[in-house]
Amino acid sequence: MRAIGILAVNEFLDGLRNRWVAAAIVLLGATAMALLLVGSAPTGTIRAGALDVSVVSLTSLSVYLLPLIALLLSFDALVGEFERGTMLLLLTYPVARWQVVMGKFFGHMMILLAAVAVGYGGAAVITVLFTDNGTGGWQAYIAMMGSSLLLGAVFVALGYLVSVLVRERSTAAGVAVVLWLIFVVLYDLALLGLLLADQEQRIGQVLFSALMLASPADTYRLLNLTVFDTVGQIAGLAGVAARYGFGASLLLGLMALWVVLPLAATMALFRRREL
Amino acid sequence: MVERGSTDKAIEVTGVVKRYGDKTVVRDVDFSVRSGERMVLIGHNGAGKTTLMKLMLGLTHADAGCVRVLGGNPATAAAAQRREIGYLPESVAFHSAMKGREVLAFYARLKGVAAAECRAILAQVGLEQAADRRVSTYSKGMRQRLGLAQAMLGRPRLLFLDEPTSGLDPSLRRQFYDLIDTLSLSGTTSLTSSHSLNEVEARADRIAIMKNGSIVACGTLAELSRQAGLPVVVRLRVMAGHTPGVAERLAAMGEIRRVNDHGIDLSCLGASKMVLFRHIAGLGDVIEDMDVIPPRLDEIYNHYMEDVQIQ
Repeated sequence: MRAIGILAVNEFLDGLRNRWVAAAIVLLGATAMALLLVGSAPTGTIRAGALDVSVVSLTSLSVYLLPLIALLLSFDALVGEFERGTMLLLLTYPVARWQVVMGKFFGHMMILLAAVAVGYGGAAVITVLFTDNGTGGWQAYIAMMGSSLLLGAVFVALGYLVSVLVRERSTAAGVAVVLWLIFVVLYDLALLGLLLADQEQRIGQVLFSALMLASPADTYRLLNLTVFDTVGQIAGLAGVAARYGFGASLLLGLMALWVVLPLAATMALFRRREL
Repeated sequence: MVERGSTDKAIEVTGVVKRYGDKTVVRDVDFSVRSGERMVLIGHNGAGKTTLMKLMLGLTHADAGCVRVLGGNPATAAAAQRREIGYLPESVAFHSAMKGREVLAFYARLKGVAAAECRAILAQVGLEQAADRRVSTYSKGMRQRLGLAQAMLGRPRLLFLDEPTSGLDPSLRRQFYDLIDTLSLSGTTSLTSSHSLNEVEARADRIAIMKNGSIVACGTLAELSRQAGLPVVVRLRVMAGHTPGVAERLAAMGEIRRVNDHGIDLSCLGASKMVLFRHIAGLGDVIEDMDVIPPRLDEIYNHYMEDVQIQ
């Protein structure tokens, strides 16, 4: 445990040193701020909380941003240290290989936590303090922050898997970009195309649900847009959760699986790796 | 020579084979280092020195044979055992955004070494002044010294140094070996690989020569030169005018290398050395002085590397 803590703190400090933490906070904070201000304009008549409204827009944005930040943090984590030669030395210390992976994971999660807490959290606090929209929908907002972290964790774990599989940093960077495109953009486009082409002939509700749940990004969307009724009404997805029978725990469990499986695979591959 | 049955061995390698793909990098190596010994590993590029070290550090697994370091298997070594090992890799690298002091503090925390020891070690390797600069601004020599500093953390019982002085200037090299000698005096075992033969010959208790993945010779400098069958050179200072006569009388006992009006160099094999000495002693006042020059490590090395074919 001690070794994991030391490695995690080191990774976080590294993030502070090379301005990763600052950049991520500014990025998330600025976008959240912008969406919150835009979102607070029409709320007067609908009587929905500004936070409720912004959960919808922030969810659509986070689904792109967090995987991107997470992959940028993680693709280099192992292959970079192999290439620089720092891993060789590290592994002669009293540290097991799985501890290296876990240490980096917690360190990178600390960076994401700082970005989400300060960026999204700060923007919400400022909006509540300086507008008169009140704190309505804060539960959904906090849930959005938590699930955004979980989404980040999924892509940190996937980034490690890339990082342990390839031999060169540049390859890892390329694969990470492709991974991001597939999971965040192409999969949904393909799904949409499939539905349009199919015209509800063969793809029934069950298959469609399965296809949605197979993507961590869609799972994240469902989690944020359907679990809280107020948010669902704004997003126009009210009742979807009830209809499809996706409980929050199923969605959370699926996302957790997307974290655990790549992490476990990374550790197994790393353990067999010859240095 | 390897002592059989000794339990006081820091490193014991028996019948180790390591292949990468279909290339055999280490072939059937038997090798041991006694506690407190300064062992030096020499050999051509690609001879398998670094791989052998990695096997001893548990970074790779042997395809056959057994590696024991400080009594345990390095590949499955417990944390406690790893704390007693220091390693300076060839061309050591650090996170360049970190300061020297931060780098050392990080490794100290991993080893469970008190922060106070870091300051002392930084002073010992002469990095006090530069400790608060980023590693990216360090010269090669400074990085190497920082590398040695992390290897020294926690007073390790066993040090692995992979070409520690490559790229260092002569005075730094000297400081470097002085540091290692100081550690050795306090009982630290060291295994150093090097290409600087004339540097290590005076600093090694024993030397192992590696060639194409095998250890072809291992022993003290004297043992190696005996095994190699290389001649010693005897240099005589002779009373003026007597050199032709002396050379004629000694010609049967060794090969005359050089004659001038006051000196003779002749070489003879180790086995017939004493016969030659007695003969020289019998020549009386004519011989004014005598030096015996044993073969140097680079000659021994060249002898073993003569027919090397780099694979």
